[in-house]
Amino acid sequence: MIVEIGHYALILALILSLVQSVLPVWGAVTGNDRMMAVAPPVSGMMFLFVGISFAALTMAYATSDFSVLNVVENSHSAKPFLYKLTGVWGNHEGSMLLWVLILVLFGALVAAFGRNIPAELRAATLGVQGMVSFAFLLFLLVTSNPFLRLSPAPMEGNDLNPILQDVGLAIHPPLLYVGYVGFSITFSFAAAALILGRVDAAWARWVRPWTLLAWMFLTLGIAMGSYWAYYELGWGGYWFWDPVENASLMPWLAGTALLHSAIVMEKRGALKVWTVLLAILAFSLSLLGTFLVRSGVLTSVHAFATDPMRGTFILGILTIFVGGSLALYAWRAPLLKQGGLFAPVSREGALVLNNLLLTVSAVAVFVGTLYPLALEVVGGEKISVGPPFFNLTFGPLMVPLLIAMPFGPLLAWKRGDLYAVSQRLYAALGLALAATLLVAWLQGVDRILAALGFGLGIWVIAGAAAEILSRARFSQVGLSTGLRRLVGLPGAAWGTALGHIGIGVTVLGLVAATAFQVEKVVTIRPGESVTVADYTLTFGGLARRTGPNYIDDVGHFDILKGGVKVAETDPAKRLYTARKMPTTEAGIVTFGFSQVYVSIGEVHGDGGADIRVYHKPLVTLIWLGCLVMAFGGALSLFDRRLRVGAPKPARQRMVPAE
Amino acid sequence: MTRKQRRLSMIAAAGGVLAVAVGLILFALNDQIVFFQSPSDIVGKAHPDGQRIRLGGLVADGTVERRDGAEVRFSVTDTVETVQVVYVGLLPDLFREGQGVVAEGVMKPDGWFHADSVLAKHDENYMPKEVAEALKGKGVWQGEE
Repeated sequence: MIVEIGHYALILALILSLVQSVLPVWGAVTGNDRMMAVAPPVSGMMFLFVGISFAALTMAYATSDFSVLNVVENSHSAKPFLYKLTGVWGNHEGSMLLWVLILVLFGALVAAFGRNIPAELRAATLGVQGMVSFAFLLFLLVTSNPFLRLSPAPMEGNDLNPILQDVGLAIHPPLLYVGYVGFSITFSFAAAALILGRVDAAWARWVRPWTLLAWMFLTLGIAMGSYWAYYELGWGGYWFWDPVENASLMPWLAGTALLHSAIVMEKRGALKVWTVLLAILAFSLSLLGTFLVRSGVLTSVHAFATDPMRGTFILGILTIFVGGSLALYAWRAPLLKQGGLFAPVSREGALVLNNLLLTVSAVAVFVGTLYPLALEVVGGEKISVGPPFFNLTFGPLMVPLLIAMPFGPLLAWKRGDLYAVSQRLYAALGLALAATLLVAWLQGVDRILAALGFGLGIWVIAGAAAEILSRARFSQVGLSTGLRRLVGLPGAAWGTALGHIGIGVTVLGLVAATAFQVEKVVTIRPGESVTVADYTLTFGGLARRTGPNYIDDVGHFDILKGGVKVAETDPAKRLYTARKMPTTEAGIVTFGFSQVYVSIGEVHGDGGADIRVYHKPLVTLIWLGCLVMAFGGALSLFDRRLRVGAPKPARQRMVPAE
Repeated sequence: MTRKQRRLSMIAAAGGVLAVAVGLILFALNDQIVFFQSPSDIVGKAHPDGQRIRLGGLVADGTVERRDGAEVRFSVTDTVETVQVVYVGLLPDLFREGQGVVAEGVMKPDGWFHADSVLAKHDENYMPKEVAEALKGKGVWQGEE
């Protein structure tokens, strides 16, 4: 019964989304207030119905209702309760339902919190969001219905893929989807602005918080996914340039570019045409990612079971929305007026450079991800484009971006003075050079590239710190006034500084963990030891343990430093009994920012085992940097400027303030 | 600077960045891609030194031999030809005899394929796509479809 309610609610949401696609947009174009007024309540109702539907599926999982096909295929009565819940989105149908839930959530949020947005713009935005919702609700109901019944109901389910039985599944997809799908709302804003033919500085101010929100969650989602792969897959890698990772990186790059170009548009009224295009592109890349993951066209860790019908359907959605929005763009963008002028060396110029490098690097990732596919389609050879390609293209494009990063926020609007800005960065440059020399001295001159990379990370961090400190003007106003100024700075200023510092921290982690990691693969017997960097691991032997739905072969290791035991770890080889599928549970011990990582491979008959041991210096900085970036985004989001209504052009109707 | 000069300098900068990016991409596509080959594509052919290959097929039954120091030797077959592979490292969890596998590495003059990474399916429903297609091409595919 509950399952049928869920199914029914989904159909109701589909009908509502159809209403939403037509009436508000029509109303906004013809200036009909009553039609526009439909949008907010319908957005709320759509969220309610999809929410009921999601709750119904969750209920079916929680009670292990094996009369539902989706539950049979992905759950098991012995599975821990948390994984029964997270199993809801551990499969194609359920995760698509989560996707749609977040899509309508964003519509409802704009309806609830967007009261200071002009009525026409809000109605048209919610209308476009309704169109996207309609397409995906239809996709869900036609090709991926999670509520199909199975009769007779089996006694037991097939269990969830063991790799997914982890808290990572509870966190990674929801975060990632909020980011991915969050760009739908900036897309809707852009399409709405094009339909209405009006894009001004205020538009950028309304769109920016939504972009920030999506970007923040996407940053966290990517970081969480990376850490999950690192500890769960047992290979010790944190980024594989896997097509699906690339699919999340491309919208991130476009979204980051959008965040920056929206600043120019808001402050200076320039780059309008470009910002609107970026808003369209960011979501188009999210849709492309959805297509890549769900159509099975690519071989990937993330690929869901293949079904040609789904691939074709999503390709259809992709074509209609990307094609439609770009056509709308081509038709309406010439109407947008050119904004303020600026010199090449200026804050605007720096932000243009940022956009240029970010979009070009997104193109490089795009080519690397889709080239093998394109070659196969035209009947060419089967190839694989791996990390070397991306290291050679994406890497060099990031270097000028990082070098230029500290200059940007220090340059003045309109016309900047590069020489004066450079003087304010002497200290940062000194620190960066010192770091480079120190690393080169410690690690040897043959590691000069790594040393330079390290210096670059320090440069970015110190440059961002110099910028925020220069705003306090300690030398002129003294320590206490300066500190008070620092605390009183707008959230956006801190957001910029922390966002940039976060990038620098991540760069340090990437450089150190890539260049200075120590890896050993050995066969070890009880009582024997292996040494990586300063740490010696002594193997205590294997023991068997039984979990709720698995059996572990647990190895015990004592970790010694300088002959003193500092930690112990118990990595395991695990067999999930329902699917008879083995997994590797790595043993990870954190020392400061560095980690020792042990995973067990083949177990030998004599009690020995093949193991892989890593020392990964500063590896946690990779993810900590992402946390800092997201925190910067949050501070910027709470900037007062974005909550106070923007000044409105006089010819518009007055809208009551909140 | 006049308005026109400003615009020109911007376009020149953008063009420069684009040209560098396109150059990098073309160079990398020429140099850094890896071709997928089945044992039949490899056996009896000359291989330039150090050319990286992704070798796909089935792990031949009864050929997996483990040595000390985590060295593994096994054969990859497409049921027509067979290539011997040597690999040092930990094999993926789902590496098994008779199952699909993709090994990446180089063919050495000693006739062994020296792999530096080995991928297996990561789910019992899943077979590396290239392997499935190569096997279909040889008419020995036994899965669905």
